[in-house]
Amino acid sequence: MATRAVISIPTTIRAGEPFEVRATVAHAMETGYRTGDDGSRLARDLVRRFECRLDGELVFAADLYAAISANPYLAFWIRADKPGELSFAWLGDNGFEHRETRALLLA
Amino acid sequence: MRALLLLVVALAAHADERRSGRETMSPALRTLQADDTQHPAQLALALGRELWGQGGNSCASCHGEPDKLRGAAARYPAFDQGLLDLPGRIQRCRVRHQQQSAWAPEAEPLLALTALVAQQSRGLPLDPPRGAELDAAGRRGQQLYKTRIGALNLSCAQCHDERAGLRLGGSLIPQGHVDDYPVYRLEWQSLGSLQRRLRGCLNGVRATVWDWDSAELLALEVYLARRSAGMAMQPPGVRP
Repeated sequence: MATRAVISIPTTIRAGEPFEVRATVAHAMETGYRTGDDGSRLARDLVRRFECRLDGELVFAADLYAAISANPYLAFWIRADKPGELSFAWLGDNGFEHRETRALLLA
Repeated sequence: MRALLLLVVALAAHADERRSGRETMSPALRTLQADDTQHPAQLALALGRELWGQGGNSCASCHGEPDKLRGAAARYPAFDQGLLDLPGRIQRCRVRHQQQSAWAPEAEPLLALTALVAQQSRGLPLDPPRGAELDAAGRRGQQLYKTRIGALNLSCAQCHDERAGLRLGGSLIPQGHVDDYPVYRLEWQSLGSLQRRLRGCLNGVRATVWDWDSAELLALEVYLARRSAGMAMQPPGVRP
């Protein structure tokens, strides 16, 4: 099954005014500290880094660690002066990588 | 005249004392359920939409867009060569019309499709169908609902009718309405069906847990749907 992510941005965005972006990605965020039913250690599998770029310029980034829940949900505010393209990237253990893009249209 | 008006208002206020579990949750949880962009089931709904159109014999090839099924979820459990709840119907569609093997109970794709179909009926009143078999199941369900079971010797009715609104440990006892299933339960950290909820309760009173899709669980589901009939549904729900 392909990785899923859900990103919400407001329908109307005005130039220069901050708006809230909400992003979540389907990921188990296995801490590496838990044991399975057979007693063996479950291997660590985390999303390590989230980045949001507006036309290539980094506007928001987060480092994620073991205490962050499965399906990590991030909400943050950004501001744009002109229309462009928002790109989102989640990077993690075992080569995990998920990318999404959203067109940013200004009202 | 004024007294009469007051009486009418009072009667209207007393006409329905049923309260959805949604209305007795904390404001934070109510917000979580009401706001689609915060809803913890949004990833499941995304999976449901993905599965809806997947494969040559997809859900979409017969049903079209999911919103064509508006109102369908309000009319379950139904009787069609046996009692069927909504996940049961989806399983049957999968086996008979898509020629695929049934999912395990509570499988992630099954819950995702159930949530997607149920979501289409938001705001509609629960309208469980009638019929000889369903009436019989409803009566059996009502009997089960009132029967004391388990090592704790408790019936559903003792908590959810007689003690609804009081507290069990730190948690509020809800009236046990079924208007928001499937629900994302924070304790489960996942979506779950009504059967999972009922099995959890059975386990809680230390009773033998009925099998998935057993006659007892389905009968109880029929009764519960009738008990909540007419209440507006808002699935998928969020519950503590």
